[in-house]
Amino acid sequence: MITIDHLTKTYGPTTVVDDVTLVVPDGAAYAFWGPNGAGKTTVIRCILGLVAYDGTITVEGMDARSRGKAVRSIIGYVPQELAFYDDMAVIDLLDYSAALRGLGPDRVEEVAGTVDLGGHMDKKVSELSGGLKQRLGIASALIPDPPILLLDEPTSNLDAHARDSAIELLISLRNQGRTLLITSHHADEVGMLVDSVVAMDQGRITTICRPEDLSEEVGLKAWMQLILSNGSADHALEVLARSGFVARRNTGGILVEVSAQRKGAALDALHAAGIRIDDLEVWR
Amino acid sequence: MTTATVQSVSERPEVRLIATIASKEIRDAARSRWFWMWTAAFTGLAAFMASAALPGSQVSGAGTFGRTAASLVALTQIIVPLMGLTLGAHSIAGQRESGSLRFLLSHPISRTEVFLGTFLGLSAALAATVLTGFGAAGILTVARGGGTDATSFIMIAVLSWLLAVAMLGVGMLISTFAARTATALGIAVFVWLVFAFIGDLGFMGTSAATSMPTEVLLLSAVTNPVEAFRLASLTAFEGSLDVLGPAGQYAVDRFGDGLGTLLIGVLALWALLPAAGAWARFATKGDV
Repeated sequence: MITIDHLTKTYGPTTVVDDVTLVVPDGAAYAFWGPNGAGKTTVIRCILGLVAYDGTITVEGMDARSRGKAVRSIIGYVPQELAFYDDMAVIDLLDYSAALRGLGPDRVEEVAGTVDLGGHMDKKVSELSGGLKQRLGIASALIPDPPILLLDEPTSNLDAHARDSAIELLISLRNQGRTLLITSHHADEVGMLVDSVVAMDQGRITTICRPEDLSEEVGLKAWMQLILSNGSADHALEVLARSGFVARRNTGGILVEVSAQRKGAALDALHAAGIRIDDLEVWR
Repeated sequence: MTTATVQSVSERPEVRLIATIASKEIRDAARSRWFWMWTAAFTGLAAFMASAALPGSQVSGAGTFGRTAASLVALTQIIVPLMGLTLGAHSIAGQRESGSLRFLLSHPISRTEVFLGTFLGLSAALAATVLTGFGAAGILTVARGGGTDATSFIMIAVLSWLLAVAMLGVGMLISTFAARTATALGIAVFVWLVFAFIGDLGFMGTSAATSMPTEVLLLSAVTNPVEAFRLASLTAFEGSLDVLGPAGQYAVDRFGDGLGTLLIGVLALWALLPAAGAWARFATKGDV
């Protein structure tokens, strides 16, 4: 169990984590969700003892400040990006990580097989694609077979295929009964990975909810890019404004702000006015 | 990992972890182009200096072991501090900037273990460079019949390494304060200039202008680690500091046979105190 009690982190006059209190039960999967600068990553760094903080964090009953090594011995951490150790071979990096945990090459081979890195062990880290680097980060985190995994934006910087593959791997890790704590600003991603979402903004927890309730709880907005038939943009803007939507022109079409869980309402309004939509794209 | 195993994880520094970090630092140095460049430069210049000071050399004519040693000391007091300072300045700041320090400290390892491993690993790498340079110069001197005083030669090599470690500690201290690697390296180069050039020139100028008392002159000299190295080395192969004039005579009169020990002690303090300061800063500075 991870217990965070009145956690506050300041950098000079700026408070980046503001009085956060949270309990993550054993085996649960939680996501810190929010925009950049919400304080998600800082909470993870506090748990790992990478930054000084006010308040208390305990992991399995051990204080993260005074029993830092013991706490980190049961945590696997996957950083946002493995943009370092570029000149090391994959196998050397994993061996090093294992040695720091008092483990040997046998465990490295086992973990490399689990995350499908077996064929890349002699490559340099710099030669790996974004997806493979992510797998390397996960492999390093899994070496001690930790009951707790902390993942910082695990699918950022990945292309669509690598992202799907990473999510599939993370789901399998969650299903093994590990406690999962991830940070993300992708609402769809947290929906697939976790049981509970801790929404954060400006360092504070704004709500804790189930992933399916997130849109409603935080009034999640999305932007729809609509490509319309020639000459209908002005008419479409009038119709959308009358229906209460915020919309504007942009290159190749119009942009409409919509409620994330009621995107169809804008399309209904345009359809009722006889405006044909050739294509659309949704941005969160 | 069972609860019992977790509870048994020691928060105290473990030799195994320090050795793991130190080995990594040594392997990194062996892979580093930068490190080989320093080693090649120091070794090449040391060999050249030794060659130039040898009897029959077309470069400088007749010479003795004393000339070889003096040349090596002159080379060391310029190159070795820069090597140690830049290596140290790059160490913590470089790891912090790349993100590797954060990754490293996410393992069950303490900051003290990371610091000690880094310091010891880099000290070993510097030892390899200094030994290569002095080894090449020594072999060349003996092979060409220059004769050598093995004890003095080894002593100067050890003092050079001590100077390198002292500068490494100063560099690491800079590194713990600097937010960026470039800043750390810039400060390190400035400190090198102060120790190697400005300190010496400024010191001589000030002493001449103010008629500084001899004892103050000597005290000021030994507080500069580069000067302490030079004086200790001169003592090692000349047996006296007469070449330094009144200050040297005063030093011999004042400290007698203990002078060499005092100078080595000063160097050893330089090797320990900045490193201790760097450790204190790194271990207690909360944020990575």
